Amino acid sequence: MSANTALAEKYRNNFLKEIEEQVEMGDWVKMCMQCGVCSGSCPTNFQSAWEHPPQELFMMIRAGKREEVLTSSSMWNCTSCYNCIVRCPRKLPITHIMHGIAEYAHRIGLAPKMQATRFFSGLFWKNCTHTGRVNELKLSMGLYFKDGFASGIKEGMKMKDVAIGLVLAKRLNPFELFGGHKCKDQKGIQAMLKKAYEIERSRKAAKMAG
Amino acid sequence: MAKHEYAFYPGCSSQKGASASNYLTSVESMCKTLDVKLTEIPDWNCCGASIGYAEAGELPRHVMNARNFALSEKHMPGQEIVATCAACWLGARETRERLTHSDTLMADTREALKEAGLTINEMPNIRHMVEVLIEDLGFDEMKKHVVRPLEGVKIAGYVGCQTNRPFGVDGESFENPQYLDKMVEMVGAEPIPEYEQKVTCCGGALAFSEPEKAQAQIKDIVESAYDHGAEMIVTPCPLCQANVEIYQGQINKTYGTKFNIPVMYYSQLMVVAYGGSAKDAALNGQVIKARRLEEIAAKPVKR
Repeated sequence: MSANTALAEKYRNNFLKEIEEQVEMGDWVKMCMQCGVCSGSCPTNFQSAWEHPPQELFMMIRAGKREEVLTSSSMWNCTSCYNCIVRCPRKLPITHIMHGIAEYAHRIGLAPKMQATRFFSGLFWKNCTHTGRVNELKLSMGLYFKDGFASGIKEGMKMKDVAIGLVLAKRLNPFELFGGHKCKDQKGIQAMLKKAYEIERSRKAAKMAG
Repeated sequence: MAKHEYAFYPGCSSQKGASASNYLTSVESMCKTLDVKLTEIPDWNCCGASIGYAEAGELPRHVMNARNFALSEKHMPGQEIVATCAACWLGARETRERLTHSDTLMADTREALKEAGLTINEMPNIRHMVEVLIEDLGFDEMKKHVVRPLEGVKIAGYVGCQTNRPFGVDGESFENPQYLDKMVEMVGAEPIPEYEQKVTCCGGALAFSEPEKAQAQIKDIVESAYDHGAEMIVTPCPLCQANVEIYQGQINKTYGTKFNIPVMYYSQLMVVAYGGSAKDAALNGQVIKARRLEEIAAKPVKR
């Protein structure tokens, strides 16, 4: 049984409970009073980027629309501007809930595979935890080449002028490709993260069993 | 001994050859003038930034920040941690808040840290460099060192998101923070209080992953600066700086605009106003050159 099927079975007919137990800050969702200030405050909403703004997602969660919420690209459009957080009259940590739902959808394999920000988000985390510090060149290259070599060259060419400008200003170092900045105690960082993932997984599993 | 001492968390973007290396150079010059001593946290690591959320989870993300706290405590016990990057500051502050409010999270964090041979006994204060300037030094102290006021230069103060929300600077409003305009005034330049895009989001990490969305926002930010007669934009955030500066060429292609406005850090303005050279202020780090500042930086200093 896949992780998704197991979870769907366990929380059958209670998607809200699933979100509360499995999503970071998910227990806040029920506090939403549907005022819509978050939706009106979201910068991406002005460009009709959201399939579902936060307020709508919260109601969909309460209505048990599991598939629609978790496969949505909406959460991935969050720019982390925190406008929704500071304006919410009920003080819901909306930005974190959006990240939390996205992370959960990604964890159980329901997040849209081709969503560019989902891809970039995973890439960023891998990039920065690999050596302890971000390698900006590898990060950009990894993004451009996500759909293969040919399209990578094309994407890279689109960004050529931006990159040249940065190289000339000494703010992008082509040699980062062959190493770059890193932490000394990478072993310690890896061990520490491994432990953190273990603990987090066991806490989530305990909630599911409980 | 320096007047003010802090444990310093420079962050990934400020490293040599990285996108905000010019920020760090100018901060170092600025701190020299202001007698602020920053000691880099040995072997500090990335904060994970807000965009790492797909795989960061909760505990791993906080553990990354907690490692920096532990290193700071080990090497510089009792010192506050100062970050220059908005994302580093926000990430670290968020971790501080979460760990302080949850004993479980704190215990789990300590257990993970043990794997790296580290521990936390005391939770450090996390400050942004602008907080240090405003709260620990104050505008009068900052102004005392101005020997080359940036007279007649009109500058749009672009605060952006993450130095402003969700924590922000104490005593400032989220909708219309004033401190950046006051800093512009302090260096002798002309602020634009009616610049209404000062807290608009630059698109953050979406500038990489979904550039058309981010660039639509950047266009508004730049356009409004022009509409208000700004000669340059100033910001306290490395990602705001990069996003607003480096995509102007692409925006011009998409929208038929003719944007070419320099985007500076507050620290660069201060270094020039404090009599520093273009090199001290890292003006060579601009993709869109700040000619007016270069001219001022070449002038003799009024003492």
